[in-house]
Amino acid sequence: MNKLPNKKEETLGGYIVHGVPFPIETDAEGLAWLKRMTPIQIEQDYRITYLHSYAQDSPWFAGLTNKKLLANQDIESGYTYANPRGHDMYSGDETVWIDITEREAAIHAFTVCHFGSEEFLPETPFILALIEFEGVNTLLLTRILGLDPFAADLDWIGMEVSPKFLRNSKLKPTDVYFTPK
Amino acid sequence: MRTVYAISGGVSKFAKSRPDKTFPAIVKEAYDYAIRDIGLDFPTFTKIVDGSVASYFSDHFTRQLMAAIMAQDYLGLCPKPSHRVEGGGATGGLCFQEVWKSIASGHMDVCVAYGFETMSHVETWKGNEFIALASDVSTDYPVGGFYSGYYAMMVTRHMKEYGTTVEEMAHVSVKNHINAYHNPYAQKRNRYSVDDVRNSPMVAWPLTRLDICVMSDGAAATILVSEEGLKKLEEAGAVIKRPLVKVTGIGRGTDAMRMADRPHVSYDYFIENYATEQEKNDAAVMDYYKKLWDKGTRYPGVHSFRAGRTAGNMAYKHAGIEDPLGELDFVELHDAYTSSEIQTYEDLGLCLYGEGGKFAASGKAFMPGINYDLDLADEPVCPVNPSGGLIACGHPVGATGLMQAVFAIWQLQNSVEKHFGDGTLQLKEPKKGAIHSHAGTGTYVSVSILEKED
Repeated sequence: MNKLPNKKEETLGGYIVHGVPFPIETDAEGLAWLKRMTPIQIEQDYRITYLHSYAQDSPWFAGLTNKKLLANQDIESGYTYANPRGHDMYSGDETVWIDITEREAAIHAFTVCHFGSEEFLPETPFILALIEFEGVNTLLLTRILGLDPFAADLDWIGMEVSPKFLRNSKLKPTDVYFTPK
Repeated sequence: MRTVYAISGGVSKFAKSRPDKTFPAIVKEAYDYAIRDIGLDFPTFTKIVDGSVASYFSDHFTRQLMAAIMAQDYLGLCPKPSHRVEGGGATGGLCFQEVWKSIASGHMDVCVAYGFETMSHVETWKGNEFIALASDVSTDYPVGGFYSGYYAMMVTRHMKEYGTTVEEMAHVSVKNHINAYHNPYAQKRNRYSVDDVRNSPMVAWPLTRLDICVMSDGAAATILVSEEGLKKLEEAGAVIKRPLVKVTGIGRGTDAMRMADRPHVSYDYFIENYATEQEKNDAAVMDYYKKLWDKGTRYPGVHSFRAGRTAGNMAYKHAGIEDPLGELDFVELHDAYTSSEIQTYEDLGLCLYGEGGKFAASGKAFMPGINYDLDLADEPVCPVNPSGGLIACGHPVGATGLMQAVFAIWQLQNSVEKHFGDGTLQLKEPKKGAIHSHAGTGTYVSVSILEKED
């Protein structure tokens, strides 16, 4: 039987209060009472809009917009990164772009997030996975669709998957996701 | 390098929320306790102390830049030298080692490490968002940034590679919560069973709420000194417990921020670069690892923390430790997740890679003399997280690594009963302990060895 919540979620917000209890007289007795008062807590809003540059990694995002999954490779060694990476961590040399859209891919590790950060709470439960690609030395973090998040199973590891691309690109790494083949 | 002594420490009560005090005032609770414990008054200690290092993780949680200087000011330490260190969850451990460097190098004779975090200023899920910003904001965070999810992915791979089970993970939670039942500084002092852990709400499969540490408000402080510093304090009237506790080894390691970018190295490369000396000298162990690689294991991948192994090997070499399980009397390690405690057993060489799950359920890492209501095959050998660890004590990030140092000092000073008002968690004459601090998915890890002088 599913366990139902037995505690109401606490949230900020409520009445705006003007004025708080304070001694009528600031005599010795009144001032001594101040050491016993409960703390005043207020809400402070904090909003920021950043202008974020993908910089040298921009082609990777441009690739997703155009339904291509790019990777970076060190020419000399052939060491290949599924994530965008401008320089190879071993040779220190600049990497080149390659297309891995059609490579065989499989789930290397996964989880089902039943909770999440505030930004992603409305999307729970969702499946996060690390994908391994044929001939690629590192993994890629992504979302998996097409599997039941309430039936998580270790046997999902090793499952062959293929990339799907959003038609309406958001210029985010979630422009690509993977589904079972 | 000069000998460094860890002479005193203090911890504020870790709590879900401390709206009663500002963060500098919470730091002062821990700081004052450390000073009082060596029998000095505030002005006398202030006159002698040479400087400090401050530890806190997140400017987002405090919504205050340069928060460390506010603590320095409140503690009356201005204009003495200080700086802030930050390295995610390892911030406290790194801070402890920075103070060690100040003393060992001869730059200072008396130096204080203080750390804090006040995480209650935002809702839990906003807090999770702040923490998740410690993942690459171009490629990782937008996919569904959530640290519990990241660690859950790591453990599904560990389970697949090595057969680790959720019940073995739950043993860690049971152990650490029941240990904390005897620790008045801990945030969560509850007795749980394996079933309780598995039946608590699922957060990120297979990790449940009781597999995961909580957010906290809290602070901790430690005082480290040289021989000269010891003399200065004692001449001023300090009463410093003998035998002294020395910091005999420090080690650190790092790994790629995006765990997806971590390598999967060959058997030969692993043996040459990452195996412990003990592992290298044991033909049966080498054979065991060869078989793992033949089955497809690669290192570290996402199932192991290369930074933890690097830090452990470095600290052991520094402290002259050849057999961690045999020589360490206890370890306070960074158990933000039950799974990461298991992974860390392996990194620190308490067991072989692949055997962490079995080690967790064996009883070897449990405390002697405590009833856990579990069927454990082995007697305790090296208790891990006798304090209750992060899972039960809480995890006010900048304070956590220093909390571990304080509890290690008290173990080695044989003074747990004095500080806890309960001697249950005092080990019998411990000689040597390790503290281990760990940041986001194993990006920064520090290991320090503390040892009681003969």
